[in-house]
Formats: sequence, structure tokens, C-alpha cells
Amino acid sequence: MALSLEKHKMPEQDPKVRARNFDEVALGYDEETAVAEANRCLNCKVPQCRQGCPVQVDIPAFIAKIKDRDFDGAIDKIKEANALPAVCGRVCPQENQCEKYCVLAKRGESVGIGRLERFAADYSMAKGGETKPIVYAKDAQKVAIIGAGPAGLSAAGELSKKGYKVTIFEALHTAGGVLSYGIPEFRLPKDKIVKAEIDNLKKIGVDIEVNSVAGKLFTVDELMKEEGFGAVFVATGAGLPRFMNIPGENLNGVYSANEFLTRCNLMKAYEFPKHATPIRVGKNVAVIGGGNVAMDSARTSLRLGAEHVYIVYRRGEEELPARREEVHHAKEEGIDFRLLNNPVEVLGDDQGWVKQLRCVKMELGAPDASGRRRPIEVSGSEFNIEVDTVIVAIGQGPNPIVASTTPGMDTTKHGNIIADDETGATTKPGVFAGGDIVTGAATVILAMGAGKKAAAAIDEYLRKKRG
Amino acid sequence: MFKILKKQVLSPGVILMDVEAPRIAKKAEPGQFIILRVDEEGERIPLTIADFNREKGTITIIFQEVGASTQLLGEMNEGDSILDFVGPLGKKSHIESGKKTVVCIGGGIGVAPVYPIARGMKEAGNTVISIMGAKSKDILILEDEMKAVNDEVLITTDDGSYGIKGFVTTALQQIIDRGTKIDEVVAIGPVVMMRSVVEATRPYGIYTVVSLNPIMVDGTGMCGGCRVQVGDETKFACVDGPEFDGHKVDFKGLMSRQRMYKDVEAEAKNHVCHIGIGKVDK
Repeated sequence: MALSLEKHKMPEQDPKVRARNFDEVALGYDEETAVAEANRCLNCKVPQCRQGCPVQVDIPAFIAKIKDRDFDGAIDKIKEANALPAVCGRVCPQENQCEKYCVLAKRGESVGIGRLERFAADYSMAKGGETKPIVYAKDAQKVAIIGAGPAGLSAAGELSKKGYKVTIFEALHTAGGVLSYGIPEFRLPKDKIVKAEIDNLKKIGVDIEVNSVAGKLFTVDELMKEEGFGAVFVATGAGLPRFMNIPGENLNGVYSANEFLTRCNLMKAYEFPKHATPIRVGKNVAVIGGGNVAMDSARTSLRLGAEHVYIVYRRGEEELPARREEVHHAKEEGIDFRLLNNPVEVLGDDQGWVKQLRCVKMELGAPDASGRRRPIEVSGSEFNIEVDTVIVAIGQGPNPIVASTTPGMDTTKHGNIIADDETGATTKPGVFAGGDIVTGAATVILAMGAGKKAAAAIDEYLRKKRG
Repeated sequence: MFKILKKQVLSPGVILMDVEAPRIAKKAEPGQFIILRVDEEGERIPLTIADFNREKGTITIIFQEVGASTQLLGEMNEGDSILDFVGPLGKKSHIESGKKTVVCIGGGIGVAPVYPIARGMKEAGNTVISIMGAKSKDILILEDEMKAVNDEVLITTDDGSYGIKGFVTTALQQIIDRGTKIDEVVAIGPVVMMRSVVEATRPYGIYTVVSLNPIMVDGTGMCGGCRVQVGDETKFACVDGPEFDGHKVDFKGLMSRQRMYKDVEAEAKNHVCHIGIGKVDK
């Protein structure tokens, strides 16, 4: 059988239909397609794909299990390395990771590693596989984790497996971090996937205390000195929204992407008034930014009933930082990309509501520090876009609440916690950090990788302490 | 879950609750707030802490039934539990010990958050004069409590049914006119009231603190919905405040942002009534 140079397509909702509902866009492989896709894997002698995975999933091994129709074996293999496979199969930027290194990618499309991971995870969830609780030693050491997002959840899974009693403190009323408040339902179903994965962690014995704002309700020092935690892992994410600092940004109708997505995803404003949190989008929406968060905001706006949604981005198509699949999906759904446009002012009416977004055209110059070509204003090219809503999705910074109440734990001048790349160790003994709070806003899987590394380092630290 | 240990109707539509939240009570300070959510479908409602009792492990909240969410909260009774209760959020009031003369002003339900601040100011050794304003006598709250912690309490009612006829600024002007040297004013209440107080003290250069309660979601700096212009800077009321130098606050912008969801909420209220499911207005 000749090897196909293309991935097996994953069925998706029709773009016209899905642009108006919050159901999941991609529908996943069935068993036959999964096995067929798995058979594209050449099982290389020296597999390259694994080096692209921040948590080192044994990719060839799990794909081999799918080939053999041993789907239970496949998910077990993945779970050895990855605590949240159903999440990662959906939101990892595989094209920059495992799939980038797949030997097939040199000639055509790589093996659909992400799609296969998702298949295995969904298969196992649908089957309702039993999760066995871990039996902890009576004198099991306690580890506290601050933040129930990808980094914290992954560290919790790893530490529990090593026999530590883990408590995660989460500021919001729901665990999951960006998986719950940020990434939309249509890309990552909340009850079916996120909650199910978190419930699995609870079943193995991880305690999750919601409504617990570290730095306000307790300090890191109190956790270690008064509450008996041997080590603390700080994984508070990149929660502070950045604004453009242009005139008019405080007008009514201007949202940070964080607020917009939190209202919709966490507070379920798309079911207003059944859910009591309101949201407003109006007819015309401009989303500023070109990353995944911008794509999520734009596609969410459509689903909330907006008629025309723009992505306004100051660089070009090549430079869009979003996952390729998200850009593709957004275009299919009719999002209007206004590239090489930079907003300079939000104009309002006399009642304080957004009316227009004033932009200037840009052209690309020489590459800047990020390696991307620097956008330069074209003088005299200002123009206005008529909008009811503006969503600012230009990135998030670190929330200072924990760092500012933890003496001895140093931060960079931007407020990110300084932590060792390999171990997550901070400048404060016994305190580790990882994920976006260290790196700045990045991806779910990188945060999970950091959580995993920190778990190993915490284990080593506590072993030494035990002597 | 957070149990309601006490419920008391202070005046029509104004309710006090003592909520069991020992960890929060241990850390709460005057000027801070909590966010609560009644049930799974509920909004996150920010409320300033009206009092706290570290020994009993309780947080006191006082709220007015103004919208669907606060009405739902108002329907809860002693023994019921609130699903989510998070705090203490925001910065605590800046209370300096010393021999200052401080005027604390509470308008309407704003008396509730002013009370622990007045008490704190008094405990710190300051001379504390408070002004309590209400539309009329029957909706005045916490009069006895305020009198117990202040050197002097002035009461104003819009209709003259009790105390001085007029607004809180009428009483404030009287204090200024009689020659009392005021070092600081703390004003909490409706935005229009706080703006009036700020304009009344501005000519005299009296440092005036206001506590803002804008629309917010998380209360930890994550959404930015509560942003407010203070001087040249945009601040987040939840983490940078809720208290700010009133002379620097852009009240016009603040009032505009308070109206963000007025129409959708009004529409939703009608909607619920018409189809006859869910909450029906009393």
C-alpha cells in the first residue's frame, strides 16, 4: 500500500453552522481512521518526533498500540508522560512540536500525532475507564501547588504518582486555569474534557481548593511554616491583561481578551440570562492581536451573534503567532483579517461607547529581536473601522499578587518569577515555579512540561531533606 | 460552601449577613472586599467587607437588592450556604496611627464599608467624625454601630426626616465652616455622592479617599473590567484599589462604565418575567 502524504482528515462541523454554535468544531477520528492514520507511522529506528514534545510522550510506542488496536494500551502509554492527553490532543501546537520533526513532514504531511493522541484519550474517556486512587503513606509529605492550570495540574499528577500528598490552591471558583477561563468550549469542551481530566486527578487523591487566592488568603511562607507543606510550586500563569495604552481604551465596549473570554467560558455568558453574567458584542467587532487568544476571541464573537468580526494585526500573515489550524478555522468561519493594520485610537460617542477603531497601515521592515520583520507605520494612512466592540488580545503579563507577598522569591523586571530552566527552583529554598508565570504567556504543553520538570526537582529536593 | 450564620433586614431591600469563612476572617482588613457566587449559574458579585470577626470566623456583608443576582442572594436564609466566597481582595485601607482628624462619609449602603474604616481610624488614635447620609430616616443603617466608634456622628437625610436636611456634602460643609481642621476624608457611597464630596474638598485641598466598586469578574487583576482612570494612569480597582485618591479619579468615565450592562440586564429581567420561569419579581 502506497504511503499517503496527507493526514487523514478529521471530520469537522460545517463552518457556516459551527460559526453560530458553541459545540466542538473538530469531531475526532473514528477507530478505522485512527488505525489507518497510525499505519502512516514508519516507526523510525531513531524517532525524531519525541524531541519535539515538551513532556516526552513515547509517541512511536503509543501509535504502535493504535496500529494493533490496543487502544487501552495506547492511552496508558501516553499517560505515563502526559497528565492531560485529551486536552493536549486538542490544543497543542503540534506543527511546531512533535509533528515538525516527523520524518514524513519532509515530503508531505506528518503523521497526525495530535489527532491520534486525542483519539486515544477520547476512546478511554468514552469507555469510562476506572481511575485507581493512589494509596498514600501515612506520613506522606505535603506539597502545595498554587494555580490549577496546566502547569499546576501536570505537577500535581506527577507528584501524586511519586507518593506526595498534593493540595492545589486555585483563585477562581473552578479549576483548570486557562483551560477553563480562556480556551473556548468549541475548541476544548469544559464538562466533557477539562472537568473530566481534573476529576481524574481528584480521583487519584489530589486535593483542589478553589476560591483560594494565594498572597491574600495565605502566603507561601505560611504554607511552609504553619501548614506543613514541604515544598511549594507556584504556577499562577499569565493572568494580567495587557492593553495598548492608546486613547479611548477605557470606553464602554472595549474588553481585554481575558475578560471577554472569562465571561463567556468560565461564567457561561453565552447562556445569559440562564447564567447570570452578561456579555455584549454588538454587530461589528474588532479583535486586536494575532495569537491564539485573538482567534478565540474573534470566533467567540461570531458565536455570540456578531455579524462582522475583524482581526486587526500589525504584522503580516506569516507572522501570525496563532496555531495554523486556528487561523484556518477562523478564515473558514468568515473572520475578516485586517493584516498590517495597527490601531492607534478607539473613538467613542458622547455616551462613552465605542464607535470606531482608528488604525494606521503598516509595512514590514527589517527583522527585529524576535526574528520577525518589524512593522513600520505608513504615514498618512489612517482610517477608521466602524465597530461596537473592541477586544484587546495582545498578550498577558504576570500577576504580581504571589510574588509581592513572597520575600526571597525574586522576579525579573517584568515581574516574571526567576526559576531554573531545568528544575523550576526559585531563589527561595523549597519554592519552585513554572509555566507562564516564569516564561511569560506561552502554550499549555510548555507549562505542562515545566510542571513535570518541577515535580521531579521537588521530589529530589524533598528526598534530600528527608536524608 | 459558606454558611449564612445570621441574616438581618436592615431596611427595606438592605440586608446584612454574617457568613462563616474563618480563613478569610483571619486575614480580612478594613477596606477590602470579597466576591461571592450564590450558585452554579450565578454571577461573581463583589461586596465590600462590612465587618469581620476573627474569633467567630465570620465575614459580615451588607448589600442592597438591586439586580437579579443580589435579589437571589437576598432570598437566602440563615443556615443556607453560599457556593463560592473568595477574599480578602484588594488593598486594605491606609490607616495611620496619629492625632489626625478624619471625616468618614457613608452614603446609603456605603455606611457599611465605612464602618470598619471609622473603627480602625479610631482605634489608631485619630479623632473620627462620621457623616451618614440616607434618602430618609427609615433606610438609614448602622446608626448605633457608627455612634459607638466615632467621636461625632452627623446624619443627613435628603427629605429632612432625620438629622440635617440635605446631602452628606451639606454636613461636610458645616464641619469645614465651623473651623474644624480636617486632615483626611474617606467617602464611600454612590458614585455621584463620592464625586460631590471630592468636589467639596478640592478647594480646601483636603486629602480625600474614595472606595470604588466598578464592574469586575475575577477580582484578582485578571480581567481588567474594573479599570479606572486615576490621574494619568489606568488602574485596576480590584488590585490597585479599591481605595484611591478621589481628586485624581475620572468619575465621568467611571459612571459611564457602570452602565455597561444596564440595558441587557433590564431586558433579561423582562424576559424572565414574561415566560414565567425562574425568578418572579415580588
